Amino acid sequence: MAQVATNDHMETSTGIDNKKLLMWLFLASDCLFFGSFIAAYLLYRGRSLVGPYPADLYDIPFTSVSAFVLLMSSVTMVLALAAVQRGNIRNLRIWLFATAILGTLFIAGQAYEFTEFYHEGLTLSTNLFGTTFFVLTGFHGAHVTLGVFILLSLFIVSLRGGIQQKDSHTIELAGLYWHFVDIVWIVIFTLVYLIQP
Amino acid sequence: MTLAEYRKKRGEPLIREDAEQDAHDEHHPSALEYVQIGVILAIVTAVEVALYYIDMDFTLLVTVLCLLSVVKFAMVVLWFMHLKFDASLLSIFFATGLGLTFAAFIVIIALQRGSLT
Repeated sequence: MAQVATNDHMETSTGIDNKKLLMWLFLASDCLFFGSFIAAYLLYRGRSLVGPYPADLYDIPFTSVSAFVLLMSSVTMVLALAAVQRGNIRNLRIWLFATAILGTLFIAGQAYEFTEFYHEGLTLSTNLFGTTFFVLTGFHGAHVTLGVFILLSLFIVSLRGGIQQKDSHTIELAGLYWHFVDIVWIVIFTLVYLIQP
Repeated sequence: MTLAEYRKKRGEPLIREDAEQDAHDEHHPSALEYVQIGVILAIVTAVEVALYYIDMDFTLLVTVLCLLSVVKFAMVVLWFMHLKFDASLLSIFFATGLGLTFAAFIVIIALQRGSLT
């Protein structure tokens, strides 16, 4: 048993790493968080008494590029995980940094979009559309921002030699969080932007 | 050493999670497969955007867009998040969260629609 106690990962009765189990539980609970905001957006869609309205503001080509950027960041994230699992730390750094850059691009795009909407007269309190839209996409943006900080932190730690092949579980946990913000945007992009009655 | 390997070494019988852990270790997609999945996701996104500009029946549009969205969602969750290869307990947790979300989604909209009309 002493041999087991010296291992890198604590063994559990489920056979699953406790941190990974906790991350999936967190993601499951976060589904409810975003589900409620999406439900609120759809519920109050078309009920704003004053403009501007979604059709006046949405720039689908621009948002499509943002969605594509976030989607591709999921690819770079999973390549980072594949790299560290093979023990290729150099590629891990490259893909982690690429993911952080793509995430930052997405955030920059969202900041630009929010600014444009503000100049067009839409604020958090202008109408029901403004309230539900900014709360939903703003909280998603906050999640992406947190993800970028996590990725950059891991990148810096890897530069200092703090991440080796045996630490792939840490990258996997960060990846789970990052992919989650991506799947949330997949849903938001379709339900909020592309489907407009 | 994983718990599965420890049990094997001790000659103890494997439990279901051990077999799943072994499968997890053996069947992770390669980097090329990840890129291929990424290309499929990009193509599906391009199709979604193209559909937005095509003049078609709204109900049909909503149905197709939702289906494509579900396909993208499932591909990311199953391959990139490895639920296809990981222990089934993780899938149960996430499916429970998704199920509760969908139920809450329906209840919120049903209740509020009733009070708004």
